[in-house]
Amino acid sequence: MEVFVQQLINGLTLGSIYGLIAIGYTMVFGIIGMVNFAHGDVFMVSAFIALIAFLILTTWLGVGSVVLALLIVLIVSMLFTSIVGWTIERLAYRPLRGSFRLAPLISAIGMSIFLMNFVQVTQGPRNKPVPPMLSDVIVVMQEGSYQVTISYKQIIIIVVTSVMLACFWYVVQKTPLGRAQRACEQDRKMAALLGVNVDRTISLTFVMGAALAAVAGTMYLMYYGVVSFADGFVPGVKAFTAAVLGGIGSLPGAVLGGLLIGLIETLWSAYFSVEYKDVAAFSILAIVLIFMPQGILGKPEVEKV
Amino acid sequence: MKSDAATARADFAAALKDAAIAALIALGVTLPLVGFRTDQGPDYKLILTTRFDLVAVMVALVFAARLALTLWTGHRPHAAGSSAVLERLKPAGSALFRLAGPALLGLALVLPFLPVTGRYELDLGILILTYIMLGWGLNIVVGLAGLLDLGYVAFYAVGAYSFAIISTQVIPATLPALGPWAFWICLPIAGLLAAFWGIVLGFPVLRLRGDYLAIVTLAFGEIIRIVLLNWQDFSGGPNGIASIPRPTFFGLPFTPGKDGFAATFGLHFDPTHRIVFLYYVILMLALITAFVSTRLRRLPIGRAWEALREDEIACRSLGINTTNTKLTAFALGAMFGGFAGSFFATRQGFISPESFNFMESAMILAIVVLGGAGSLLGVVISAIAMVGGVEMLRNLEFLKSVFGPNFDPTQYRMLIFGLVMVLIMIWRPRGLIATRRPSIALKEKKTISSDLIQEGHG
Repeated sequence: MEVFVQQLINGLTLGSIYGLIAIGYTMVFGIIGMVNFAHGDVFMVSAFIALIAFLILTTWLGVGSVVLALLIVLIVSMLFTSIVGWTIERLAYRPLRGSFRLAPLISAIGMSIFLMNFVQVTQGPRNKPVPPMLSDVIVVMQEGSYQVTISYKQIIIIVVTSVMLACFWYVVQKTPLGRAQRACEQDRKMAALLGVNVDRTISLTFVMGAALAAVAGTMYLMYYGVVSFADGFVPGVKAFTAAVLGGIGSLPGAVLGGLLIGLIETLWSAYFSVEYKDVAAFSILAIVLIFMPQGILGKPEVEKV
Repeated sequence: MKSDAATARADFAAALKDAAIAALIALGVTLPLVGFRTDQGPDYKLILTTRFDLVAVMVALVFAARLALTLWTGHRPHAAGSSAVLERLKPAGSALFRLAGPALLGLALVLPFLPVTGRYELDLGILILTYIMLGWGLNIVVGLAGLLDLGYVAFYAVGAYSFAIISTQVIPATLPALGPWAFWICLPIAGLLAAFWGIVLGFPVLRLRGDYLAIVTLAFGEIIRIVLLNWQDFSGGPNGIASIPRPTFFGLPFTPGKDGFAATFGLHFDPTHRIVFLYYVILMLALITAFVSTRLRRLPIGRAWEALREDEIACRSLGINTTNTKLTAFALGAMFGGFAGSFFATRQGFISPESFNFMESAMILAIVVLGGAGSLLGVVISAIAMVGGVEMLRNLEFLKSVFGPNFDPTQYRMLIFGLVMVLIMIWRPRGLIATRRPSIALKEKKTISSDLIQEGHG
């Protein structure tokens, strides 16, 4: 029971990170119908930006308060990652709009390889550790000698994720930009006829996806305390799994899917085997796509001729 | 005249502003990741170093390139000019392409006997031919049937591991007398096992299309790699399988002894004999792949593949069994992947899961797609460019004199590779040789540019 509660807490933390990345996949898929294969690497790039910002703040500027430093790091990382996300869309995807079906996916795979190796070349192939921060824990439950704990960083991750999702929900539901996005998602041609700037809306979708990935990247760096250039691939595929599980194109679905994937992964590691935890996530992807392609909250796809 | 000068000045100002914005964005992209470098300090702490000079160079380059591009496109008389030139060049180009196939084949056949060919060139030739064979195998799945497979390396791995396990464990335990023939016995078995796995993995994903299919095949490829990595008793885990038997010349080993190949044929023993033999084995395997796939294109099954690629719904309406059509494509593609895997295992003598990661799948897919899906010659050209080009990079010593002695060009190889993938997709979304030859025609066969073809929901 205690092990289960502890894994529940860990799973929710991990799931929040996956959920934030999954939103980027699901929004882009909803609006232009492509799998942005490079999104996992955008997440990795954001973790590196966060790492560099953190080092500048702590070692050069001598910011003592970790919370203040993290807040600034978060903003800086979101800002620069947004620029990266915008640039990728502009250079690698926009010229291919309306091109043949597989071209954007191939371009995205190329972009993913490029980003990974760009970071490897500029930052070196080694793991980058940061000193552990905010590792104090609160004991939630105690049974014999086993303590169920929740650490400050886990609380921060869950709180920041919730706040970000609330802001994001507000933008999508209540602002003109969100309305334009939803219009483009339903019918791009009609939205353009009605005066929605489709190119700009798609660009901003990429920017928002990248900004949320940057939140995930900063949280990931803080939680694990280490990042390397290859860290984008597996979380990327898992977040994509989360988006598919929740129903691709559905924003609440992406968050739900992320939480579920996080929980399944931690519970699998705790009760079965750590080595095969990625197999569990990848199998879920295959099983969901085969038996439930519309996901939990998605709309069934209607095939038109 | 004056107004012309005024518009030119206004154009220039606009171009300047545009270039300045591009430079600003370039600054935003490069500043954090290029401007600062994190390195491990003496006490396991990271230390930062700055490289603002590099950022400045990059930003200036972007500014200049963007300015040149805007001014150039703005001053071109009209965009149609360049394509008219291309049209005029086309007949010459197609004649060249007709000759390119036989010429390359001839070159491939005599390569080991050319005076310039040394051990290094032969090894490079074998490597390129392996990728050509993998590309042609995947071409059946991607180019002909239009099913995007991102996990092709799984079948390559199945072939390699089947070969390794059968030849190092099964044959010595059951029929040691077959030892010298191991390669020739294991090759078909490995191919069949790979084909079997092609069907096993293909069956559940039949309903999926396009991007979804790509991601699920990627997941399958990763699952197989992780299982190979962790199932110690079966695959040796991360240590892999070593001392896989070398191929023999139909039973005659390439050894200096009395029963060896050289002694039997009265030649002087030379270790390159084996390499030359390996070269011809992979050439033959690749040619079989090409032969089978061109022949199959003309059979009903090949026509069904191409119909499936163009429009699945129409295909089904016309009574084509899409399940069988897709499964045969998967199985055949997988089988050739399995052959190539066996060859890889016997050539290396050692295999480990690291050789079968996602990058390998991406590489093979890139060779097929960038060459022009469906075109055999395109696969050859892009395999030579990708694999050979990367090797060329290794030899560019003069770059060291430009960028300093610590400059290692090979670390940029995947970087350039990714960039080339993006650029070719933008420049020619259907690949370098993007023409489609109809397999059946009313009057005369004409090669059509793929720009004219609308692709259905494959």
